[in-house]
Amino acid sequence: MTEPRKLLQGSTGDWEVVVGLEVHAQVSSTSKLFSGASAEYGAGPNENVSLVDAAMPGMLPVINKYCVEQAIRTGLGLNAKINLWSRFDRKNYFYPDLPQGYQISQFKDPIVGEGEIEVELDGGETINVGIERLHLEQDAGKSIHDLAPNASYVDLNRSGVALMEIVSKPELRSAEEGAAYFSKIRTIVRYLGTCDGNMEEGSMRADVNVSVRRPGEPLGTRTETKNVNSIRFTKQVIDFEARRQIEVLEAGGTIDQETLLFDPKTGETRTMRSKEDAHDYRYFPDPDLLPLEFDQAWVDEIRASLPELPDAKKHRFMDEYGLSPYDALVLAADQQKAAFFENVAKTRDGKLAANWVTGDLFGALNKDGLDIADSPISAKKLGQLIDLITDKTISGKIAKDVFALMFDGEETGDPAEIVEKRGLKQVTDTGAIEKVVDDIIAANPKQVEQVKEKPKTMGWFVGQVMKEMQGKANPQAVNEILKKKLGIE
Amino acid sequence: MTDISNLTLAKLRDALKAKKVSASEATDAYLGRLEAAKELNAVITLTADKARGMAKASDARLAKGEGGALEGIPLGIKDLFCTEGVLTTAGSHILDGFTPRYESTVSSNLWRDGAVMLGKLNMDEFAMGSSNETSFYGPVVNPWRRAGDPTPLTPGGSSGGSAASVAAHLCAAATATDTGGSIRQPASLTATVGVKPTYGRCSRWGVVAFASSLDQAGPIARDTRDAAIMLKSMAGHDPKDSTSIDCPVPDYEAAIGQSVKGLKIGVPKEYRLDGMPAEIETLWQQGIDWMKDAGCEIIDISLPLTKYALPVYYIVAPAEASSNLARYDGVKFGHRAKTFDDITSMYENSRAEGFGDEVKRRVLIGTYVLSAGYYDAYYLRAQKVRKKIFDEFTEAYKKVDLILTPSAPSAAFGLGEKADDPVQMYLNDVFTVTANLAGIPGASVPAGLDAQGLPLGLQLLARPFDEETMFKGMYAMEQAAGFSARPDEWWA
Repeated sequence: MTEPRKLLQGSTGDWEVVVGLEVHAQVSSTSKLFSGASAEYGAGPNENVSLVDAAMPGMLPVINKYCVEQAIRTGLGLNAKINLWSRFDRKNYFYPDLPQGYQISQFKDPIVGEGEIEVELDGGETINVGIERLHLEQDAGKSIHDLAPNASYVDLNRSGVALMEIVSKPELRSAEEGAAYFSKIRTIVRYLGTCDGNMEEGSMRADVNVSVRRPGEPLGTRTETKNVNSIRFTKQVIDFEARRQIEVLEAGGTIDQETLLFDPKTGETRTMRSKEDAHDYRYFPDPDLLPLEFDQAWVDEIRASLPELPDAKKHRFMDEYGLSPYDALVLAADQQKAAFFENVAKTRDGKLAANWVTGDLFGALNKDGLDIADSPISAKKLGQLIDLITDKTISGKIAKDVFALMFDGEETGDPAEIVEKRGLKQVTDTGAIEKVVDDIIAANPKQVEQVKEKPKTMGWFVGQVMKEMQGKANPQAVNEILKKKLGIE
Repeated sequence: MTDISNLTLAKLRDALKAKKVSASEATDAYLGRLEAAKELNAVITLTADKARGMAKASDARLAKGEGGALEGIPLGIKDLFCTEGVLTTAGSHILDGFTPRYESTVSSNLWRDGAVMLGKLNMDEFAMGSSNETSFYGPVVNPWRRAGDPTPLTPGGSSGGSAASVAAHLCAAATATDTGGSIRQPASLTATVGVKPTYGRCSRWGVVAFASSLDQAGPIARDTRDAAIMLKSMAGHDPKDSTSIDCPVPDYEAAIGQSVKGLKIGVPKEYRLDGMPAEIETLWQQGIDWMKDAGCEIIDISLPLTKYALPVYYIVAPAEASSNLARYDGVKFGHRAKTFDDITSMYENSRAEGFGDEVKRRVLIGTYVLSAGYYDAYYLRAQKVRKKIFDEFTEAYKKVDLILTPSAPSAAFGLGEKADDPVQMYLNDVFTVTANLAGIPGASVPAGLDAQGLPLGLQLLARPFDEETMFKGMYAMEQAAGFSARPDEWWA
C-alpha cells in the first residue's frame, strides 16, 4: 500500500479523499455521431435536427467515421490502449429530450481502454493519473422549463452530438489534483484538436466522484456530482463533498450512494436522485449497429499525424532549453504559447526567453485580457529585444522600458531602432561612468562614511549613478567601479 | 383483357410492356377488387388517388417504351413501411395520425422501378403476432375457408394483410416483413409464396422496427417467379442501414427454371414435432419425393438446437422490441393521452392506451430479460445459443445446399381460437424462427391442401446470400406440386 499523498484533518483524525472524474468532451465535428445533422453551436432551436435525431419510426443510426477518428486520436493522446474491436450499447431510459428512449453509448466494450497521463500540480509536483477508458456516446437534447409556466420545451440540436467520455481511475487525492487533472485533459484534447474545450458552450463537463476514507482503509461510499462545467467548480465540488462526507461520518452517520447536483450560487451540492431511484438502464448491444472494427494500420496512420503532445513538449522544453518544470508546463499547456516561446528561444538563451515570455509578456497580455495571438509584440521582435540585452547594448531594466513602449504601441519599429532613436544605448565607457561616480562620491561624504560600515547600502550609489545616467550605464561596470572607488572588497 | 387480376405479376408485366393492358386499367381493376373485399379487412389505408396518379405516370413512360422492371404493377404495402405523405400505423393505435415525411428504402426501390401503390396493408400490431388479431384495426380474414364451413379463419401473421390480399388477388404482389416467420407462416396459410431473404439483403431504413437484429423485408407473391421479380427490386445495399450488406443483387428471375439436378437437400429430423398433424408430415414426405424425382440428393441431417430456437427468439425479439418501442412516448408523434399529471403519467397513460396487450406483453418480457440481475441468465445466454444455432446451420450447409421443412405446424385456424393462449400462438413460429436467428434466407411455397381444403406450405432454407439456389428449389417444388387451387370468392 502506497503512502497517502494528501490528508484532510477531521475532528477525530485524518481522512483521505478519493476522487475520480468522468469528463465529457464534445468531439469537434461538423456533424453528429450517428446522423448527418450539423453539430455546430449556436443554431436556432431545433434547427440542427435530422429524422434520426428526432427518432422517427424506422430511422437508423450510421456511425460518423470522423468522430471515431477523433476518439482514437484522443486515446493516443492519453497514452491509452486503442481497441480495434468495440461495440455500441443502448442505455435505456425515458426523458423528453431523449427521443429514442435510449442513448447510444459504449458500455462493455469501449473504443479506448486503459492509459496514463502526467498531471502537474501547483507546487511543481507531477503525479501520474490512470485513465480507465474512453468511450463514444450520443449527447441528449435540452429540456427548457422556464419559457412557460405550464409547459416545457425541448431543443434537440444537441441530440446525437458526439461526446467522448473520459473516465479516470479513482487516483486523485484532493480538490487541487481533481482540478489539475481536468485542466490537463482539456489541454490534451485542445492540442489534439479533438474537442475545443469550450466549457461555456458545454463542450466539456465532468461528473465528479468523491469518497473519503481513513488512510489505509478500503474505499468509502462515493457520491457522483453531475455536469460540473468548470475547473473551478470541480475544485469546489470536491472540497465541499469531502468536508460534508467527513462531517457526516464523524458524527456517526453513513454516506448514501447518491447522484448530486452542484449549485454554483451556494457552492454546495444537493441530491438529484438517491440510490433507490437509480435507473436500471438495461444496457444491451445496439442491434442497429455492427461492432466497430478497424485495423492497426489506421491507428498507426492517426498516430503519425499527432502533434507533439503537452507532456512530450514539456520534457523537451526542460531538456532542450533548461527550463524549470513549472515554466515548461506553463508554456507547453497551450500550443500557441509554446510555439511563440520556441520562436523566441530558438537561437537564444532558453531561460532568458522563458522569463520574458512567461513573465513580462504573459503578465502584460493578462493585464489587458489579450490572447497570445493578439500580442502586440511579435516573437521576432521580442527575440531582437533579448539579443540587445545579451550583447549588452541595453540593460535588462532598459529592455523592460523598451518592451513597454512596444507593447503599448508607442513605438512600432525594431527594438534596435527604438533604442537608437531614443538614445537608450548602454554606456560601457568606464571613463564616463568613473566621472559620474567621482562626482557623486564627492557630493555625498555622509553616505560614503556609512557604506564603509554597511556595504549593503552601496545600492544607493548604484541608484544615484543610474539616475544620473538615465539608466543607460552598464550595471556591472557601475558596480565594479563603485566597489573599487569606495574601497568595498 | 378478360380479367387483369388473374394475371401473375410476370404476365401483367409482359402485358403492360406489350401494351395489351394499361397501368391505369390494371390499377382500376385492383382498386375495384379492393373495394369489394372490405370483408377481408386486409387494408388499413387505401390510396386510390395516389395509385391512379402513379398508374398514369407509368402509362406515360410505357407509351414511350420506357419504364422500370415493375412499371405499372399495382402493389400492396405492409403498413410497417413508412410511406411519404401516407398514414403509416404499424397496426397500432399509438401511431394514430402518423404521416411520415420520408419513404422507406424498400418501397422507394419499388417506385423507382415503376410500381404503383394501392394502399397500406393490415398487420399485427408492430408485427407482433401470428394471426393478425393483434392489429388495432381488427383481424384480417383469410380468403380461404374450410370446405363447407363459413368460420372466419386467420391468414396468419404478422403480414396477414399482405398474404390475404395476394391470395384474394387484391394486388399483384405485396411487401411484407419477417421477424420470426411473419412472411412464411401467412404465406403457408394462404397458398401464397413468401420469401424472407438473408438478413441484410433488404434495407430496414424506414421500416418501423420490431426486433432490429431479426427484422427483414421480403415479398409475398402468387408464385415463385413473381417473388423473384419482387425481391430483385426490393433488395440492395443501403448506406443508411448499417446492417445492410454491400453485395450485388443477382437476377433472381434468371434462376427460375434452372435445373436442380444434383442439389443436396437436407431434411432435419428435429422438425418432426410431436402432435403435428399427420397431413403435414405426409406433405413434407411428398415434398422430399418431389425433390428426389427432380434429381436432388436427399440427405438426413440433424439440427439439435432447433428446440431452443423458440425460447431464444422469445427473449431476443422482445428485448430489442422493448427498446425499439421506447420512442412511442406520446411526446413527438402519434397518440398522446388526454389526461395526465406529469411527464411520467403522460408516458404511462399514452403507452397504456396506445399499445395493445400483445405489444405490452412483449415490452414487459423484453424489459425483464434485460434487467439487472436477469440479463446474464436470459439475454446473454440467448445470444450465445443464437450464435450456436448459426454455427449449426453453417455446419449443415457444408453437407447440403437447401433444407426442406414444413412452413407452419398447422393450417389456418379460426379467428379467436388461439387468441387467449400466447404460448400456443408463439408455437406457430416453430419452423420459421431459426432462419431469423441465423440470418439465413427462407421461403414458403404452397404444396397442397389438407383434408378440409386448406392450403399448406413447405419451407426451403438456404445459405446466407444464396437466394438463387433457393429460388431454383422453390420453382422445382412449385412445378412438382402443380398447386392451382383458389379460394371461392365468398367475400365478393
